[in-house]
Amino acid sequence: MILISVLCSAYTGTLDKLPAAIASGAANAMTCVLSFAGIMCFWCGIMRIMEKGGAINIIKKITSPVISLIFDAPTDSAREQIALNMSANLLGMGNAATPAGIRAMSELDKVNPHPDTPSRDMCMLTVINTTAPTLIPVSLMAYRAAAGGDPTSVILPVWVSAFTALIVAIISVKLFIRRDM
Amino acid sequence: MIYIIPALICISITLSIFKKRDVYSDFIDGARDGFEILRSIIPPMIAISVAAQMLKVSGAPDMLYNAVYPVCAAIGFPKEVIPLVIVRPLSGSGAAGILNGILKDSGADSRAGLIASVINGSTETTFYCMCVYFSMTRVKNTLKALPCAVIGDITGVIMAVIMVNLLFF
Repeated sequence: MILISVLCSAYTGTLDKLPAAIASGAANAMTCVLSFAGIMCFWCGIMRIMEKGGAINIIKKITSPVISLIFDAPTDSAREQIALNMSANLLGMGNAATPAGIRAMSELDKVNPHPDTPSRDMCMLTVINTTAPTLIPVSLMAYRAAAGGDPTSVILPVWVSAFTALIVAIISVKLFIRRDM
Repeated sequence: MIYIIPALICISITLSIFKKRDVYSDFIDGARDGFEILRSIIPPMIAISVAAQMLKVSGAPDMLYNAVYPVCAAIGFPKEVIPLVIVRPLSGSGAAGILNGILKDSGADSRAGLIASVINGSTETTFYCMCVYFSMTRVKNTLKALPCAVIGDITGVIMAVIMVNLLFF
């Protein structure tokens, strides 16, 4: 991406803007991480309570058929994290979904037979998260309300297109990425 | 829906108390773990954020815009929404800015406004997501999942246009 940027800006004559872009990009990353650091640590704490207290078993039971259908061979602890990740995404708690997703990913990485390349399960988890549908798109509704539009009118089309995207993405992983031996 | 989050927290804590766990120290343990995760995602975040910012000022989005403009005009895709589709996989806040611009300029219930809303709701910040999720693994070849993720994104955009045309016009 950086190489493309340099080539393009050489072509369009905007090379002088790149240093400032590097600085502001790096600053953005830090502000972004700091802005969700608090809530993310909070959710990690709550999730630990759920793990130790047994609440996670309930979520695991509900989601387990879906997970078995989508994933090839997740370990038990990976299953837990995937269940948390998917339910947090559905509920629109992106800040809770990220740590669970990262932990699910490192659990899957432990059983990955080829450490250099991601296993199909790892690809699947990434793809699910890059298309993750939300039941109530809170911030989107807020933007629409602020602009004077009907906030709820888009929920149905968002569901349909998000779930179609999710299903197509899942199928494409199943089709194009070979199962690990 | 608003009550789900508090309810979830209460149920978790109640279950823990029944199991006679030390709820507070469990929480602290987990939150400390969260901090470790944060530390490990900062470097990849910086990489992706710098690259995205450089790409933004480099003129590449305009070149892409000019390239896809005739196609979009031909199939009736509103041209105001093109920048949103280009920026959406790279930056959530950037996409939110563009979306708000479209909502203000074209109106939230206009065709462009509706399509932009649905696209924003049904796609994700793909590149950022991939960077962060692979940050704690040993994987080097992280691009393997990208084509499938992009297929998902494109499906989301196409479905957004179809659904809006079907439901509202």
